[in-house]
Order: sequence, then structure tokens, then C-alpha cells
Amino acid sequence: MAVPALKIDGAEVLLDAWPEPAGEAGWARAVRARAARRLAERGAPVRRDEYWKFTDPTSLTAEPALPAALLADDEKPMLDGADQLRVVFLDGVLAPGESDALAMEGVEIRPLAEVLATDITWARELFGALEERGQVPVDRPLAALNTARATEGLAIRVTGRAPRPVHLVYRRSRPEAEALVRHLVRLEAGADLTLLESGPAAARFNSVTEVEVAAGAAFHHVRTQGRDHERRAATALFARLGEKSLLKSFTLTVNGRLTRNEHVVEFTGDEAVAHVAGACVGDGEFHHDDTVFITHDALACESRQVFKKVLRGAATGVFQGKILVKPGAQKTDGYQISQALLLDETSQFLAKPELEIYADDVVCSHGSTSGAVDEDALFYLTSRGIPRRSAEELLVLAFLDQAIAEVEDPGLGDELRERLAAWLERRRQ
Amino acid sequence: MLEISNLHVKLEEEDKAILKGVDLAVKAGEVHAIMGPNGSGKSTLSYVLAGREGYEVTDGTATLEGRDLLGLEPEERAALGLFLAFQYPVEIPGVGNMTFLRTALNAQRKARGQEELNPAAFLKLVREKAKSLHIDAEMLKRPVNVGFSGGEKKRNEILQMAVLEPRMCILDETDSGLDVDAMKLVADGVNALRGPDRAFLVITHYQRLLDHIVPDVVHIMADGRIVASGGPELALEVEMNGYADILKSVA
Ligand SMILES: Nc1ncnc2c1ncn2[C@@H]1O[C@H](COP(=O)(O)OP(=O)(O)OP(=O)(O)O)[C@@H](O)[C@H]1O
Ligand SMILES: [Mg+2]
Repeated sequence: MAVPALKIDGAEVLLDAWPEPAGEAGWARAVRARAARRLAERGAPVRRDEYWKFTDPTSLTAEPALPAALLADDEKPMLDGADQLRVVFLDGVLAPGESDALAMEGVEIRPLAEVLATDITWARELFGALEERGQVPVDRPLAALNTARATEGLAIRVTGRAPRPVHLVYRRSRPEAEALVRHLVRLEAGADLTLLESGPAAARFNSVTEVEVAAGAAFHHVRTQGRDHERRAATALFARLGEKSLLKSFTLTVNGRLTRNEHVVEFTGDEAVAHVAGACVGDGEFHHDDTVFITHDALACESRQVFKKVLRGAATGVFQGKILVKPGAQKTDGYQISQALLLDETSQFLAKPELEIYADDVVCSHGSTSGAVDEDALFYLTSRGIPRRSAEELLVLAFLDQAIAEVEDPGLGDELRERLAAWLERRRQ
Repeated sequence: MLEISNLHVKLEEEDKAILKGVDLAVKAGEVHAIMGPNGSGKSTLSYVLAGREGYEVTDGTATLEGRDLLGLEPEERAALGLFLAFQYPVEIPGVGNMTFLRTALNAQRKARGQEELNPAAFLKLVREKAKSLHIDAEMLKRPVNVGFSGGEKKRNEILQMAVLEPRMCILDETDSGLDVDAMKLVADGVNALRGPDRAFLVITHYQRLLDHIVPDVVHIMADGRIVASGGPELALEVEMNGYADILKSVA
């Protein structure tokens, strides 16, 4: 079927909005050109696309990006322990002056532009590779744009146990700044890294992270997205998991006009584990979309998706989650739950859970619910003297807790709970 | 303490009258029992007193120490000293038992203008009360009532009562589903709280509980009314002959 002209034209607009990167190695230029061609041929996302039917991509693709007011009271830093390597991005641009030195035992860490200008085997094997694999069976045009044009970001290779987490801190200074950021992460066999991300990145943020987790390696990812109200973000994390490796990714989203977080995970080695989770709270003009695609192409891997959304004031939550079990991926254990708590009747949750299974010896389950606060529980709490407002807050936090429980570090978990409690408290006034 | 007069209640959603003129007065220091056939309106009475939504009071009054209860929110009634031990305690995943209890106690104290209890004092208080009810620390750590057995849930209700120290305690079939030993624990818990400033309304189907918690007055409820009241011997009569004779004699 011919791709509609609208999509083709849209792709051209996207590609023209960002300069073609210069001064890069031949291999990188080739990857860029392939991605640009893919985008040009397959087109920009439009509402009519099946994969975007719940989330209108117009504000993610229209040029120029709409400005987004900076948060007046500035953002309290999060995930901000003392013992970490902090790398600051200001309006989507690496700010070396505000960052720690890019050096840590067992970890090579460099600006993306640097690795794309030279010939480093691991980067060459990774850059654009997972994104390209992730384009089948569904187009991910914004990720293709990122591969074609993004020059900011980090390339991180981990050879041992990283002694400290790497914390990517995003800051904004200009209301209209748009950002395109690309990170490459490779964990060698047995390596271990925690990657933290926090803060408001840009008025419009397009972020792609490719993660290769080799045999026995573990990648922990905890992220809090900026709580500025008007920002828009489309993020994608592509991960490929080797034998007995581990991926844990958790995202907290508080506010933001539009957020689309995609996770594309592929198991290629046996007995690996991937947990992808998220909690979000939104009130009013808030649209939050979690889109997850997990491919089991190995034996006895475990995948788990846990997404919780609390919505109010005509906010919208979206979940599209798929588990694909390829032929031969026996003993797969796939679990998926997506739930929304609607604090009023104007909010909505749109969910499309999917299982596609081509192996017979697997256990897969999925569930999706949306509903109001449980009145019986509310009565029980209030009958013990807890004011209705506090009782509701207790129940909201309890609802989100199943997702937060996916964060292994208890300190980080508590910090996330605090932010959620603060959000609820702000809404009291 | 508790005065209920000519209380008429119907369901909000449909035109179904459930309480059809309940009169009841419980004085401070007293224990009253309510017995009555299934569906006669005992739980409804307790819910309406505690402030559950879904019911409409069409006539009558209910006061606690002279204060009108029916216009208050459930939490305000609790702060005044009303407590309902639920027939079916609610499971609340994700809310820890201790957090729940501490929040409840401190909210009540705050509403009464008392200082909040600090975490250490609170912990000590709960441990002490839990111990006498044979509730172990593991259970306290779990989410409210989640995974509790029927008997554990009922003991947890009594623990809440012991910690919150309400003045008017309504127990809705707290003895149902308890084994003999657990019932003894629950009865001891109640008896420990008995005193001149506190009153109890104990809803039960079984005379057995009343051997342990000896009531001052026993009421029989049928079809939304108190149809007979008497001493403990009334409960014995129900135990031996069922409700038929009593209902016939008042008909
Ligand atoms: N929310 C409701 N919806 C429909 N019917 C109700 C509702 N609440 C109470 N009823 C009805 O009102 C009547 C009284 O119920 P209630 O639970 O008060 O009885 P009870 O005396 O506590 O019975 P039991 O001894 O079985 O616990 C019953 O016929 C019950 O079905
Ligand atoms: Mg009942």
C-alpha cells in the first residue's frame, strides 16, 4: 500500500528541521543515511496510524515545536545521591562545565559525537542497529529521526561493575528549546550499571537509548521525567538481552502535556529477565502513553510489565503493550499489567494489551483495568478517623506502589513515593 | 451515650426501606447486644451510624453524647469516639497496617486538638496491644487485612479498637468465624476496654459470645425494628428456641 503523501511530506519536514551532522566517520554517515531514507520512505507518524490511534503525534512532529513554560519554582533535584557520576544536559546539550569528569573505573564514557567521529567497534555495532531492528513490525519514525539527526548524548561501555550510578541530569533554560538526544549503552559480559535520568529536558524532547546487555550483565534504569506542565516528550529505549542478563527500567512521570515512552526489548539469549515499569500521575492537560514491545526469541526468559496511571481533570492515559513469543521460545514467562485509577469521570484510560505466541510451552498473562477509588476501602479508612482527602491519597499511593516496588533500590523507591505524595499534596490546595 | 430514636432508613438507589423505626438508648458503661434473623437490618444500623454512603435517613435521629451523628462525615464520627468493628473487614492492598493505624490515630488526635503520637510511642502502644491479642509483628507489617484469615481480620478489628480507644464501640458479628480460643481473645480485648466512660453495642448470632462479654441488655431486631429487649436471659431463649416464639409473641 502506498504511503500517504501526508506522511511523506511530514518526514521531510522532520528531517529538514535538524541539520545533517557533519564531521563523522563514514560508517556513522552510512547509518544516518539509512535511517533518513527509512523515515523518508515510511513517513512521519500521523493519527491515522494504528500505532498512534490513541495518541495524536501532531504536536510531536509539527514545526516549530511549541514552547513550554519553564517551571516557576524550578525542579527539586531527584535521584540525587552523593555517590554518582553526574552528567548535565542543558536544553539537550552536554554541559561539561556542570558535569563530573567522564571517567569511572570499569566504564568508558564519552560524548556521542566523539564516538561517531572515530571507528570504535562496539559503537559501530550498536548505533542505529537496535533502533533499526525495532522498526519491524511497527514503524518508529521518531526513533528513526533520532538516528538520522541526533548528535547529543553519551556513549557508555561498561566492562565491570560500575562503582557508581551514572546520572543524566536534564535542565532547561529556554522555553522554546527542542532537544534530540541519543545514548548508546553497552554492557559487556557480567557488567553492571545503574543509569539514572531526571529533570525537564526540553519543550519537546526526542530521546532514544540503545542498550546492549551481554551475557550475565545487569542494567538498571530509573528515570523521572520533568514535571514542567507544558513539555512534550517522545522517548524510546531499545534493548537487546543476552543470556542470563537483566534489564530493569522504571519511569516516573509527573505532569507534562504529552509523553510517549516506548520500550522495545528483545531477548536473544536464554534465561534473561526484563522488567519494565512505570507510574504516572496527571491532572488536566496530560496525555501519557506507554508503548511496549517485548520479543521473546530465546528459551526461558522472563518479562514483566507493570504500568500504573493516576488521572484527573480530563487527563488521558494510554497503554499499548505487546508480548511476542517467537517459535521455539519455550518456557517463556510473560506478565503484563496496566491499570489506571480515574479520580473523576472526565479522565480516560485507553489500553491495548496484546499477546502473540508461537510456542506451546509458555506462561503468559496480561490484565488491564481502570476504575475509580474503591468506595469500600475509603469508607473503611474514614470510619477510622482518616479524613476523606488523606484516605484518598493513601489509596492512590497504594495503587501506584505495585509499580514502584519494581525499583530495587529502596532509597530510590522512597524518593519516588515522596514525589508522588508531594504531587498529591499540591493538588489539595 | 448513644441515643437512637425512630430511625427510618432506606436505600439511596432503590425504594427499599430497611430500618423502620429503630429506638435504642445505650448508656455509658453499658454493654448492649443485638440479635436478630439474617437480613433484619443489624449491619445496616451499624453502617448508618458509622456514616456509610448509600443509605438515606428518611426519619428519626441518632446522637452520640448529645451530638447529632447523622449529619457528620465518617471521620468526624470517629473523632467523636464512634467505632465500628466491621462484619466484613476490608482488604486494602498497598496500605501497610501500621501506616493505616498511625494515620488513623493521629488524625483522630488532631481532630480532638491533641498532640500527635511520635513514632516510637506509637510503636510501643501497638506492640503492647497486639501482644495481648496474639497478633504477631509480621501481621502488622502486611497491608491492611490482605491475606489475613477470617479470624485474623476480626482480631485486627479489635486491635484497631484497642489502639483508637473509642467511647462507643459497635461490634458487628466480630465473633463469626472465630475459633473458641480466638473468641476468648476477642472477648478479653473487649472486656479490657470496658469502663464507666465507654459503651458497647455487640451484634451477634450466638449466645456463646455473651458468656464472655456479659451484656446489660439484649435486643432482638426483626424487619428493621427492635421488637424485644430484655436481660441476658433473652439471648439464652434465642439460643434454645430460635426467633419464632419471640417474634410470635410481639406480632
Ligand atoms: N446496599 C444494599 N443493597 C441492597 N440491599 C441491601 C443493601 N444493604 C442492605 N440491604 C438489604 O437490607 C436488609 C438488611 O441487611 P443487613 O445487612 O443490615 O442485615 P443483617 O441483619 O446484618 O443480616 P446478617 O445477620 O445476615 O448479617 C437485607 O435484606 C439486605 O439484603
Ligand atoms: Mg450483618
